[in-house]
Amino acid sequence: MTNDILNIVVFSLLGLGVLFAVIRFIKGPKLSDRVVALDTFNMIVIGVIAVLAAVFQNSLYLDIAMVYAILAFLETVVFARYVEGKNDDNR
Amino acid sequence: MTIASYVFLIIGGLFFLLGGLGVLRMPDTFNRIQAGTKATTLGAFSTLIGVGLGNLDWAFKIVLIIVFIVISNPIGSSAIAKATYKSKQIPDNLVQDELANRGDAK
Amino acid sequence: MKYLATFLVMFVVYLFLAGFTLDEVILGSIVSAALTLILVKFVDFRIDWKFPWKLVKFVFVYLPLFIWKLIVANFDVARRVLTPKIPLNPGIVKVKTNLKGDFGKLTLANSITLTPGTLSIDVEDDYIYVHTVDVKGQNEEENRKNISEPFEKVLGGIFK
Repeated sequence: MTNDILNIVVFSLLGLGVLFAVIRFIKGPKLSDRVVALDTFNMIVIGVIAVLAAVFQNSLYLDIAMVYAILAFLETVVFARYVEGKNDDNR
Repeated sequence: MTIASYVFLIIGGLFFLLGGLGVLRMPDTFNRIQAGTKATTLGAFSTLIGVGLGNLDWAFKIVLIIVFIVISNPIGSSAIAKATYKSKQIPDNLVQDELANRGDAK
Repeated sequence: MKYLATFLVMFVVYLFLAGFTLDEVILGSIVSAALTLILVKFVDFRIDWKFPWKLVKFVFVYLPLFIWKLIVANFDVARRVLTPKIPLNPGIVKVKTNLKGDFGKLTLANSITLTPGTLSIDVEDDYIYVHTVDVKGQNEEENRKNISEPFEKVLGGIFK
């Protein structure tokens, strides 16, 4: 019972974080702002996956979190390369 | 043990929330990168420690994920910052810019 | 020596991921040996006999400082984010470092990124370009003292 309430609290904190990152992703005036928002979003999703592992008591979720972390890093670097190539500032 | 685990989970959640809020509220790209990176790194750190305290069998995997995140997250944000600088999307509120007058600046 | 270090790193990572049963130890040593033979030509680090001592120093001196700075940095970010009008005085400054190796510079740059109000943008030869939220120092020396001094002291003893 208490656990349920605490889980709801943790998930709502994480969900609000995701919501703010997504708002910045939609608003972001420039491409680099969107990449930053995406990076933050990915990190919060890693946290969500780890909390899911604790809720379902299943360690497979941790493997998923690991792979997601690796892919998120790769994604950030690739998008950074892409941003670097664009020199005009009309998004 | 469960109580300690939940304390760490809630602290982690708070810092994730702070990271999202920082990315939303900061006025220019570099400050967004700063707020996002710091808050999410500590948030992931704390959340993963909380998960590990809840189930001690997973401690080794948790340690690997934490090490990977703490190494890779600052590198990623450095890459974005450098790319932002090179693509000339520089915010105009800098009071000092020593990167502009180095040798190979374009 | 290089072979042994590469093998040990891979083996430890494999065991951490797979668990500590006998089957996994046997399979893990085979897989890590094969991967070591393939990957060893990409590995570029030197290890001497002082390495265990350096590792102990890294874990017990550097890591607590790093975690403490990370927590301070987060409360700094919290203060900035939660005040209605965000206090900012941003700028990009240049900081000189005495560390020579690539790994040392990487650790220093990561540490700078995660300390209060600073973000390392680029590393070039002996200089690290740092974006700070609040420019305080007037010249290079003061910036260096504010930004990288505590880490330089600790890391200087670990990486040459």
